[in-house]
Amino acid sequence: MILQPAVLALLLIALLVAGMGIYAGYYGMRILGQWDPASGSEGQLELERRTYLVSTIMSYILSFELMSLFLFIYTADELHPLFTGAMCAAGTLAVNSFGYPALIIKVVNFLLAGVWLIVNYADNRGYDYPLIKVKYELLNLLVPLLVLEGVLLFAYFAGVKPDIITSCCGSLFSHESSGFSGDLAMLPHLPMQIAFFSGMAVTGASGLFFYIRGRAGYLFSISSTVTFLVAVASVLSFICLYFYELPTHHCPFCLLQKEYGYIGYFLYATLFGGVVAGIGTGVLMPFRKVGSLIRIIPAIQRRLVLVTLCCYLLFTLITGWKMVFSALTLG
Amino acid sequence: MIELSNLTKSFNSGQPNQFTAVDNVTLAINPQQITVLKGPSGSGKTSLLSMIGCMARPTSGRIFLRGVAAALPFRQDGADAVEITSLPERFLNEIRRSTFGFIFQQFNLVKGISVLENVMLPAYPTGEGRAEFRARAVSLLEQFSIARLASQRVELLSGGELQRVAIARALINNPSIIIADEPTAHLDSKLSHEFMEIVGRLKGEGKSVLIASHDPIVFDSPLIDTLVEMRDGAIVASRSCR
Amino acid sequence: MKRAIERHLNILEFTLASLLRRKAKNFSLLAMYLMVVFMLASLQFFVTALKREAAIILDDAPDMVVQRLTAGRQDLVPTGHAAEIARIRGVTAVRPRLWGYYYDALNGANYTVMAGDDTSAKTESASIGSGVAKARNLAVGDLLPLIGYDKAPVMVEIGTIFPSGSDLIAADLIIISPANFQRLFNLPGGQATDLAVTVRNPKELATVAAKIAELFPGSRPILKSEIQRTYQSVFDWRGGMTLMILASALLSFIIFAWDKATGLSAEERKEIGILKSIGWETSDVLLLKFWEGIVISLTAFLLGTILAYGHVFFLSAPLFVQALKGWSVIYPRFQLVPVVDAYQLAVLFFLTVVPYTTATIIPCWRAATTDPDAAMRY
Repeated sequence: MILQPAVLALLLIALLVAGMGIYAGYYGMRILGQWDPASGSEGQLELERRTYLVSTIMSYILSFELMSLFLFIYTADELHPLFTGAMCAAGTLAVNSFGYPALIIKVVNFLLAGVWLIVNYADNRGYDYPLIKVKYELLNLLVPLLVLEGVLLFAYFAGVKPDIITSCCGSLFSHESSGFSGDLAMLPHLPMQIAFFSGMAVTGASGLFFYIRGRAGYLFSISSTVTFLVAVASVLSFICLYFYELPTHHCPFCLLQKEYGYIGYFLYATLFGGVVAGIGTGVLMPFRKVGSLIRIIPAIQRRLVLVTLCCYLLFTLITGWKMVFSALTLG
Repeated sequence: MIELSNLTKSFNSGQPNQFTAVDNVTLAINPQQITVLKGPSGSGKTSLLSMIGCMARPTSGRIFLRGVAAALPFRQDGADAVEITSLPERFLNEIRRSTFGFIFQQFNLVKGISVLENVMLPAYPTGEGRAEFRARAVSLLEQFSIARLASQRVELLSGGELQRVAIARALINNPSIIIADEPTAHLDSKLSHEFMEIVGRLKGEGKSVLIASHDPIVFDSPLIDTLVEMRDGAIVASRSCR
Repeated sequence: MKRAIERHLNILEFTLASLLRRKAKNFSLLAMYLMVVFMLASLQFFVTALKREAAIILDDAPDMVVQRLTAGRQDLVPTGHAAEIARIRGVTAVRPRLWGYYYDALNGANYTVMAGDDTSAKTESASIGSGVAKARNLAVGDLLPLIGYDKAPVMVEIGTIFPSGSDLIAADLIIISPANFQRLFNLPGGQATDLAVTVRNPKELATVAAKIAELFPGSRPILKSEIQRTYQSVFDWRGGMTLMILASALLSFIIFAWDKATGLSAEERKEIGILKSIGWETSDVLLLKFWEGIVISLTAFLLGTILAYGHVFFLSAPLFVQALKGWSVIYPRFQLVPVVDAYQLAVLFFLTVVPYTTATIIPCWRAATTDPDAAMRY
């Protein structure tokens, strides 16, 4: 256990988020069980008021998740001198087996909270609470994950002891190491580049098609999600190499450092923003025909598609620009 | 045009202290007329007004608004009428903001801020540009000859001035229906007559006015079109005064 | 989009007006908030500055120090070991070091005494830290009598006084010639306190250390990185402990904030009722409350961190010195070099603004869901 202000702050946030999640989830259950829009009874009015509370809590959870995600990575980076062999956040997170799961679930929770707010936004625009059931079932899915995130974070920091020999990012993300992240870095450059650019192209084309014709929304949503995963793998495999201008440094976290102009924040922000909007588009697809939303959802979806397209385009442009102008050339 | 059908509002339902404020009311309120709800306190006038004004939802029954649907961002079944009883709060509010202006018994002005700000207050959350509604507020203050008070704080005003500020505030979002709950309860006879005069002017401008009152100056006024008498939450008489 | 922005601006404007109208009520909240931010920020700035000082000092330290242990305690190292270590592949230099502590009976302070390089000009010459100079009221050229092991005085002449600057370690330092060092402490010849080892390639440090440990079973090689780590954790730990103590202050602040937000005055309750009755929606009032929280938080946060900055970097953190720096008579007044970065501010933000905001969510929602027709029922 490391007693450091940043660690305490992260644990505090995890605790608050889990607590708020459980609280919102409890009222979500009650809403699912007792919802009756036809009734003007006091119980129903009370539940309708609770929906405001749940949406407020969810938007706070989303922003806390986003901020604490970066704080987590930054803190891991800050702590690396405490561990022999750790040269950046990558090494610190590998100190015990809870580091990476905690990071991944943080990302997942952020994405889910974003999707929840999109569904909530659509629901609030229908005059008969058309998505109330979907919304609160999604919430019930999210709450255990928020709790799990807190548990993993506690387990991670409780198990962190300075001086444990760990692999550094030089070895963790280099070709010799085994394991998931090592496998990703081992992905050959050329096929990864092809996968990355064709993923972006498919997402772009299906997005434009959807934007103009309003069809093939699922294709777009799936394609944007797959492209997100491919893009993350590409960051590990080849994108970061162009930024570091080193053929062997595969760390996805060093991009967030000052040496690289904090470009990582921008890259990850475009990726996360794009994928939240992309998944959101797909999640709204089944409800396009719902009476009260028949004109509302297509409008929201068009905006979401636009967000995804802009975000992904920016990401691709920066990556492409760096690939062309970087001092590094990959064979 | 407002249509109420079998409207009921009860409080603490299912409990021993349950009581019914409005009991099975069916009524049609005509547009561009002055309608007065007359009755002793506790007769359900205020509850009825707050349901019509989209402030509270009835326990059962339906309320239809005709002629306002076009102004709304959504519509039900393409019909001209909107049935408001089952709408969520945010939609009721949308209707309330664009359709109704309220004048309260206590005026309900916010202390500590200026007259002008008080008048502009209902427009803040509409997302309209500040300059636009500010200009409208200033012209309303001029219309009620209280423009010189614009920067005064409301606690320094006289009863008659307060009343005019309250009316100006009710008109800021350009509503088609004005709802007034016991507007003359805190006014002397002179000011009460003046109030009815203003109401007559509003009617002349094409607005519908709905007043709940047990003040003879109001319900005996020659200006009113329809008088509805209430007692114990039910309508006992309704007659046209024309 | 434009409408949404206008709505925010309009409501924000009203928020500011409302806050100013209730100065007295908001003042106690702001004062308490400010206090908590100030304490935490001072602590955070102070610990970070100390960590940085330590890091700077350690930058000049040798990559590796070799000590000798006898019966588990540190002992003198024969200088003969140096030559053998220097023969290990990869080692570029080995330098025997002489250092120890000197107790000054005059003012009850402990000085760190080190032997300088053999090449230094005169045997009588000495360099001292600003703390020593101040404690003994010395200037360059003065004579400083040191009492040797046999009570015989050893006179040294002050050649240099290290600038006071921010140097935590140099404050109590006296550097004298090796000959004087041996005279002062009656050290046998051919012995050193420890050996400083320089290695060409830092990646080979661990290998070289293993070889030294093998060559001299009683020796203990310590790497600079190990010392750095230890310093970091000690400071983190001390900072964390203090933070834990401050956590009670944080907690009581949160309870206070909750209480403040819950206990709306009748006036405020009525005002929210009016707003709802004239067409404000629940989410509009929530937005009003949100902006209110932001304004209060940012004011407290900015003022608190600015005050803390002054407290730590201009006044040298009088509130924390004893708790965090350790106890020593000689510890002088010293000025920390300001180090504040976005990361520290983010941590502070998370420790103060986030809990405050969370504590006010439910009370704000409760206030915002006042019945719109409540204003009609007085």
